[in-house]
Amino acid sequence: MSGNAAHAGGFRPELVCPAGTPAGLRTAVEAGADAVYCGYIGPTNARNFPGLNFTREEMAEAIDYAHARGAKVLVTVNSFPPAGRFEEWRRAVDDAVAAGADALILCDIGVLEYAAEAHPGQRLHLSVQAGASSPEAIRWYVHEFGVKRVVLPRILTVAEIRRVQEAVPCEIEAFVFGNIGMMAEGRCALSNYATGRSTNMDGVCSPADQVSYRKDAQGNLNSRLGDFTIDRYGPDENAGYPTICKGRYNTPVGRCKYVFEEPRSLNLVPLLPDLVAAGVTALKIEGRQRSRAYVKAVVSAFRRALDDLAAGGTPDIAALSALAEGRRTTTGAFGSKAWR
Amino acid sequence: MILKDVMRTFAPPPLRRIAEDGPRALLPPPALLRRLPPPLLPIQPLLHRIVTDIARCHPRLFTRLGDSALRRFLVDVEELPFVLLLQPNPAEPRFTAHHRHRVPAHDVRIAGTFEALFRLLDSEADSDALFFSREIVVEGDTEAIVALRNAIDDLEGPLTEDIAAAFGPLAGILRRLLAALRTIFGEKGS
Repeated sequence: MSGNAAHAGGFRPELVCPAGTPAGLRTAVEAGADAVYCGYIGPTNARNFPGLNFTREEMAEAIDYAHARGAKVLVTVNSFPPAGRFEEWRRAVDDAVAAGADALILCDIGVLEYAAEAHPGQRLHLSVQAGASSPEAIRWYVHEFGVKRVVLPRILTVAEIRRVQEAVPCEIEAFVFGNIGMMAEGRCALSNYATGRSTNMDGVCSPADQVSYRKDAQGNLNSRLGDFTIDRYGPDENAGYPTICKGRYNTPVGRCKYVFEEPRSLNLVPLLPDLVAAGVTALKIEGRQRSRAYVKAVVSAFRRALDDLAAGGTPDIAALSALAEGRRTTTGAFGSKAWR
Repeated sequence: MILKDVMRTFAPPPLRRIAEDGPRALLPPPALLRRLPPPLLPIQPLLHRIVTDIARCHPRLFTRLGDSALRRFLVDVEELPFVLLLQPNPAEPRFTAHHRHRVPAHDVRIAGTFEALFRLLDSEADSDALFFSREIVVEGDTEAIVALRNAIDDLEGPLTEDIAAAFGPLAGILRRLLAALRTIFGEKGS
């Protein structure tokens, strides 16, 4: 593992990287991840995609693999159990603890309470899905469940993150690259409206069995989710994900307009020094649903960027735009509240 | 380099074209290549060998595929004069070639250049990025193609190496053939 550079000032932020499969986890560790986050197959984690995620046996093996190389594994149990199905979430918590997870990433208060009571020594992180963005909310989770780290929603500026950090008794984790929407995380109902399923309850936004693409005779690519046309990309246009929040619509404000957000990915490389100065403990890369090639490229680039920063240099990872949705990036709300 | 220059100057036109264009000169123009009657008969046993060997070496692939293993995947490599149909049913996996004018029934179609699909197969490229840039096109049962992508992505090492290894003593020849095809089609696309 190459990820061991000390940051300027003696503090080195933890690089937290995604893995959708055991091979993805090994790739992330080899590329320099300090910690890898991943989840079990099924609705207990927020990336419940076909062919993705870990069996119980694979998770235990992956944790052994990571620990042998000095990396941590953070297990996501970060969706909200529907009524009558709590047992699946309880089992996921128990199995992750038994497998040796370094931390559980949770959002539901029932699951948090169960984990805190059944496994008092287990480190708990608050998922971005909890949508806790104020010091008051975060302090409540810390006080009630002993949460050690909060993953902040992608709606705060760096200045706001600094103020939150100063007011809470736990670590701060912030997203630095990957998918971004304008939704209040853990509260978005757009996918549910269109398909009956959502990230929050089913672990999947825009479920693949409801997505269809069709290329017409003129070379346009039509993207649909359920009964809704999300977008139509011209022959030379870059495409985006089939999520409602990234579609173009005819509305009173105009025809074929992005009314929520344009297809683009978060990229906070320009703000890395500010984030570290604001007291962020861990930097998170989004993309458990992405390939090993993405994991290798993005994790390696951020590893280099942090090492460059530590050496007093300027990180340059412009090449990552090719991996971004729509091949464009943004600093989102981290840069300015004027975003969207 | 000197040999190349000598050939460019003194060799007869066909050899001169090889010196200038590399292995691509050995192939007919792409438009003609797609119209040529493809030699499907000798290809079928090779494809059968590939799919049975991969199924034997990677049983976990089918676990990740789940119900999508019963779907029919049409693989449309732009430069080839035929299309491929993959049916990864664990009970009887099939991989067959078909004439372009008789495209078989399928549940999902993935289309792209040889280079893009090759890089995808070997996890050298990110499928979402290829989709964003429109280098690959996916139509039909999206759940099935997502499952197949994730199942292949969990395989350690390049899948094309497994394909070559399936041919035992002929593996070296196949490796060189794949490399040559990649050079030919990669140069064309660049």
